[in-house]
Formats: sequence, C-alpha cells, structure tokens
Amino acid sequence: MPTPAQNLLKSLDYSVLQQCMHCGMCLPVCPTYSETKEERHGPRGRIALMRAIADGELETTRAFGEEMYYCLGCLACTSACPAGVNYAELFETARAEVERTHVLDSAQRNFWRWSVVRVLFTRPRLLRLAGRGLWLWRVTGLQALTRTLRLTYLLPRRLRELEPQAPRIGAKFSHQLIKPVEQPAQQTPVRRVAVLTGCVQDLAFPEINRATVDVLLANGCEVHTPPVQPCCGSLHAHNGDVESARALARRMLDLINPADYDAIISNAGGCGSHLRHYDHLLHDDPHYAARAVEWSRKLRDVSEYLVEIDFRKPVCSPSPQTVTYHESCHLCHGQKVSAQPRAVLRAIPGVELHECAEAAWCCGSAGIYNITQPATAGRLQNRKMGNLRRTGAGVIATANPGCHLQIQNGLRAENDTITEVEHPVVLLARAYAAEYELLPKKQ
Amino acid sequence: MSTTFESSFIALLGAENVLTAREDIIPYGFDGTAALKRYPRAVVFPRDARQIAAILKLAREQTPPVPVVTRGSGTGLSGGSVPVDNALVVCLAKMNRILELDTANLTLLAEAGAVTQEIYDTADRAGLFYPPDPGSMRVSTIGGNVAENAGGLRGLKYGVTRNYVMGVEVVLADGSVCWLGNKCVKDVAGYNLRDLFIGSEGTLGIITKVLLKLLPKPAARQTLLATYAQMDAAAATVSDIIASKIIPCTLEFLDRKTIRCVEDFAHAGLPLDAEAVLLIESDGHPAAVADEAARIEEIARKHGATRVKRARDSAEAVQLATARRSAFSALARLKPTTILEDATVPRSELAHMVRFVEGVAARHKLEIATFGHFGDGNLHPTILTDERNREEMHRVEAAMQEIFDEALRVGGTITGEHGVGFAKKKFLPGQLGDASYALLKTIKRAIDPDGLLNPGKIFD
Repeated sequence: MPTPAQNLLKSLDYSVLQQCMHCGMCLPVCPTYSETKEERHGPRGRIALMRAIADGELETTRAFGEEMYYCLGCLACTSACPAGVNYAELFETARAEVERTHVLDSAQRNFWRWSVVRVLFTRPRLLRLAGRGLWLWRVTGLQALTRTLRLTYLLPRRLRELEPQAPRIGAKFSHQLIKPVEQPAQQTPVRRVAVLTGCVQDLAFPEINRATVDVLLANGCEVHTPPVQPCCGSLHAHNGDVESARALARRMLDLINPADYDAIISNAGGCGSHLRHYDHLLHDDPHYAARAVEWSRKLRDVSEYLVEIDFRKPVCSPSPQTVTYHESCHLCHGQKVSAQPRAVLRAIPGVELHECAEAAWCCGSAGIYNITQPATAGRLQNRKMGNLRRTGAGVIATANPGCHLQIQNGLRAENDTITEVEHPVVLLARAYAAEYELLPKKQ
Repeated sequence: MSTTFESSFIALLGAENVLTAREDIIPYGFDGTAALKRYPRAVVFPRDARQIAAILKLAREQTPPVPVVTRGSGTGLSGGSVPVDNALVVCLAKMNRILELDTANLTLLAEAGAVTQEIYDTADRAGLFYPPDPGSMRVSTIGGNVAENAGGLRGLKYGVTRNYVMGVEVVLADGSVCWLGNKCVKDVAGYNLRDLFIGSEGTLGIITKVLLKLLPKPAARQTLLATYAQMDAAAATVSDIIASKIIPCTLEFLDRKTIRCVEDFAHAGLPLDAEAVLLIESDGHPAAVADEAARIEEIARKHGATRVKRARDSAEAVQLATARRSAFSALARLKPTTILEDATVPRSELAHMVRFVEGVAARHKLEIATFGHFGDGNLHPTILTDERNREEMHRVEAAMQEIFDEALRVGGTITGEHGVGFAKKKFLPGQLGDASYALLKTIKRAIDPDGLLNPGKIFD
C-alpha cells in the first residue's frame, strides 16, 4: 500500500487506467451522464480526469473531488464495458485520493464523515443503540409530536429534509430473532453456512435476516449467525476510507473463519459487492491474505447460493401476487447476480413476475448518495418509481436495504400504503411457511 | 480563453451550456480513436441552428479566428471529433429530439444529437425500420453518423447511412442556414448538395437536423452462427454465398482472438475452440428467410463449417449481434492500446487480404486480431499494442502502411466506414491521386474559405 504522502492515482497500476479505450459504450448506461450529457459526468470522462492526475496534467482539485462524489458508484458502466475496465478500483482509489488531499473539507462535512463513517459504522453495538434511540423516537410518539408541532423546522435544512427518509427501525434486531446456531428442523444438515446480518439490514429489516436463515434451514443448512457483527466496510471503501475498510475486514475475518463453512451468505447487494473483494482489499496483508482469499471464494449472495444448491421449490403460496424486481446496482453490476433473484421469485407458486423497464438503473439510493446528492437522488427515485408503477405489480422485490428504503420512501411520498417492498427471500420464506400451515404434517 | 470571449458565449447560451474549467474540458480531449488527445479551449452546447450561427460568428470574429470542432457523442474512430489545439468544441448532445415520424411518407426528422438507437426504436415501434447500425449505435448521434457516413453490420444488404439521408439542415461557416433535400423520393433540382455534406466529417458545415428514410420492418429474421477450423473456409463460404446470388442482411466474421475476447465479455455462447466464426442474418418475408437460411447453412457445411447453429429466438439473435458489436472494445482486454483499422477491399480479394494481414503481423511481430463485415469486404484488422512502447509503435505504423498499400493495390480503400479524420489523412493522397485530392481542397475552400470548421481533418 502506498503511504498517505503519495498521490494514490499516481501510485495506481497505470494499466488499470489505460484499460479504458474511451469507446463510449458506458455512456448510455450512466445515470449521471444521462442527467447532464456532459462527458465529465460519465465514466470515460471521470477516468480521463483520473488519468490526467496520474499523468500530472491536473492536480487533485475540489472540482475533481466533487465529480468523484457526483458519481453514484453504481457500476452500471462495468457491466456495459467490453474492455473490462475495473472502474470499482478506479473509483475507490479516486475517492481515497480526494480524502487524502482534503480538497472537499468543510467543518460540517468533516463532522458527518467522522461521526458516521468513523464512529457509528465501526461500532456495531453503538449503532444498535442509535437505532434503538430512533425506534423510541418513533414509537413513543415523539416523532409524530415533533412533526405535528413542526419542531423539525428547528433542525438544519439538510437534516430536516432527511428526517422523513430515516429508516423505520424494527422493534427487534437480528440477534433477537436469530439464534447463534440453528439446525434444520426435519433433516440432518448437509451444509454449514454463516449469515452476515449487515448494519442497515440489521436495524431496519431484521426480518429479512430471519427469512434468510429460514430459507437456508429449509434447504438443509446449519446456519451460524454471530450475534454481534462488525460493519463489512463497504461504506468506508466507497467513501475513500480504505484503511478503515481494511481494519473492518480483518475484524470480520477474526469473527468468522471461512474455513469453518461451506459458504458465507450476504443478503444485501451493496455489502456483498464489497465483501466479495476482501481478497483484493487484503492482498498485501501477510496475516490475512490467505484467509481473505478463502473468504472471497466462499462469499455468496443468498439468491445466488440458493440457485447454486438447487433450492427446493415451494409447492404452495399464501396468495397469488404480481411481483416486479428492481436490481440492486451492486448485486447486478457489482456481483453480476441478476438471473438468480428472478429464479427465486419465479419458483414461488402464485408469483407472476412482471419485468420492469430499466430494472438495472440506479434508484438513487447508492449508499449515502441520497444524503450527499439529494437533488439527483430524488430525480433517480422518481424515474425508478415511474418504471415500477408501469409494471402494475403489487410487490416490488429488491435485495439491498438502500434500495429497499429508497423505494419505500418513494411509495410513502406517493401516499401508497398498499404496494409492498420485499426481499425475494422473504417471499420464498413465506411460501415455505405456507407449506407448514397448509400441507399435512409429515410424521 | 479571454473573459470577453467566454462571457459572450454565456450571454448567448447560458452559463450551464459553456464549459471552460479544466476539469470540464479534459474529458473532451478525445473521441473513440486510440492514442489521440488534444484539449479544446471551451465546449459549448447549443440548442438550435440559430445559436450555432451565432457561435460561428463569434468564433470568426476573434483574432485569430477560433477553429470550431463539432461533436456528438464522441465515438468516432478516426479522430473526426478530436479537437484541434485550442479549438471551440460545439457539442450537439443536448440537441437530441426526434421531431417527427411521418408514417405516410416513411420518414423521420431528428435533431443532429438524437441517438441512433432511439431513432431505430422510434421507427421500430411504428413497424418501421432504420437499417444503419454502427457498432456504437446505442450512444452515437445521428449527426455524427451522417458526418462520418457511418456503416454497420447491415451494410451488405441495406447500405450505409448515406442511403437513408433524404435531407439535412446545415449551418455553414459564414452562419447561413441551408435546408438540403426533402421528402421526395425523386429530386434532381440542382447539384446534389445534400450528399456533399454526408461524410464531410464536420469540415464543410455543422449538420443540425437530419431527415431520414425508413423501410417497412422485415417480417422475419433468422440468425446463424457458423464455426470453422480454418479461416480460409470461412472466407470461401462468404464468396460462395455472394456467388450464389444470396444477399444476407449481415455477414460478419470474427477470428480466434476476437472470439475469445468477445465471449469473455458477452457470454453469448461463441465457440472458444474455433479458428473463425461467421455470424449471418437473413431477413425479409418468412418464407424467403427460411429458404435463404437453409441455403446458407448448406453452403457453410459444404465449405467445412464444423457447426452451424441457428439462434433459437430473437433474444438470442440480438445477443449475438450485440456481442459482435462489442468486438472492437472487447479486444482492449488483451493490450493497453487497441488500434482499429477499416481497410476495405472488393469482396473477391477478401481471403487474400486476410492472409496478407496475417503475414504483416508475423513480419512485424505484432498482435493483430481481425474481424469485420466480410460480406462488404470491410475488414477490421485491429492492432493490439501499447502506445507507450515507442519501438513497437514504429512497427505498428509500418504495418498500417503495408496494409493500406495492399488494400489500394487490389482496388480497395483505406477506410470503409470510419472516415479519414486525423488518423488516416496521410494515407489519403495515395488513394485519391493528385486531381481528386486537389478537388477535395477546392470544395473546402469554396465553402469554408477561412478554414474555420474542423481544420486539419481529412487533409491539411
């Protein structure tokens, strides 16, 4: 690893930059280029800027920093790129360079970065405590009271706009719903897997983690779910803090030894995309490199793993439903898992899958993009909601908590209390559960 | 750029349509062409011909006058939209409306910045067909297609962009706006000036609107993929198909290296052990397509195709065509610099030319992959190299010279569909001869006497 004194783009392997032959195939899939039609806001333009810095033609300027944070990091360009440019690495290196040079520093930004990236998302217990606070805020009626009395106007403008978007924290977190080790009910286990519960998933959607465990149990897995798990470091790596990301990856590997499991299961597209690359992240760490390679080899998205083990197809379903699938960018572009979640949905009796136009176009959530770039995120959300609406589906399936929240907020803005947002495994778990209720018990 | 110059553009177009900051203009230093980079002094986004006329007036009034380079999506492959140093780039990407679909006359009117794929889709939804399909059609603009007279995979049966242009609106260097052409199938009033601007590479005027001819959509399509253990057998199949008086819509060729790179990206099911494949598409009336596909399959097998596969459905056919369109970019997986050529020869010389390119690669110790539109005689020998390796770049230049010389010797052309731009201008005199070359310059001087538009392209 280069020392912090060096320009990170200059010390990057030049061939990664050179891989881009600027053919422009990335432009039609880039949401920000589509917004402005300016080259700077498209992948090949951003790579040209990175290359100009590596070549010494441009300094790491504030405008460059702003550009790197205008990029969603959705990685749609990597799916469209015939030349195989590793944009994820370029993008993370460029953001790390922006942080190294402090070109975007302001007191407000530094405070938020420190409190969120450095404090909250490196301490899982503190994060849960904050989550509990948010939950109390809502259930005690304080939130409603504040809104009724319009006390939110006392908040800074940015916070006031974000307040309604805050995730609805569940009454229980994953460790209160899932035992550290669970065995399949009706058979001896044939596989042993570890389930990663995530941060936002754990706080906002613990039932998705429960459903993940349930569908794995139903397919003969012994499921290990450590009750307190560190953040995977995705947030840190995507926001220019590679050292924190490396530290978190080491903590994760200390907690879960991949050698003990057949697979490590993630159910959040954004986390999985980062978790898969621990091998690259720790490649020069003498103590962790080998373990990280095994980790990356065994890391699977839950839908991907279900298809891989030829999951048991449920035979009944609670009710017929029309479902559309919104692809999480980091699941389809970052992990190239696109067909498998659909295969899970199609396997559920009574599910009619309606494909959505631009299913793989970013919804605007993009990690913390809806916080850092609210205007663009809002336009992407509207575009997504329009496409989802046109499918006429009653259930929107998606496999990433950021997308899940973004679409929920989109529905709330339209006062839609009927359309559901669900993770594909939740629908699968319900179908398995319906079997137990509807079918005569095997004895 | 001087502040008065800059502020007059901002007054004309609005600040959001004038880029001068370094971070804004560096990404306009190149197009899709390898190893060409020059930075403009500013980039402007006009909305219509009237604004463009005003831009040209401002550029001309500077001392010295500021050269103007027109750009669409910047996907050209000969450097046509690469700025000359200190130029003003006029980018038409925001003039992207489709203005009219006339189903009575089978025409479509679009602004120059409209994306080719959207034109195709608009026609398709109305049961109509816009055939030209350059590799970059998902992002290329129609104005750029017309200015470069772009080709594509369907050239064999349907021709190139030129064959579909019924009219253009063009702004001349002096700011005058001309409409050339109309919706009439026949029109012999005066010189055919419209055709002068097709393929003019932005050196004669700025095309702002295009009126296109559409065809009825073919009722049926069938795609075949024929696999060969020898390159010659594939070439012989192509000659025999043409000699049998069959004109398929598409007749594409990929060699071993290209197949591997494309498959690595597209996962379209291309045979990795093949020496060559032909991708063939027949379209038209269902009965004619069935008959043609059967005859093509028979000819392919006669010439030793080890396998002939038919696309199951239109999704697989589209996947194969998309895979083929990615060939040029996919080859970049192998080496840092990918130099794509488009030497084109009469079809009877195709097998000879492919072997010649192989010989050149061996003689100059270069890695050259070849793919292309075999049905048109349009080859894409692609040199895989590293622009930082000066010694190898000298060998690349020598190899290119030999390939162009041989193409010309057998009656071919240095460029079938990419244009001359920067990249091939030194080879142009060799093809045209003195009188024709002088005629080009005479025309340029007559229409753009001050050399304001895209100077240094096609010729000096």
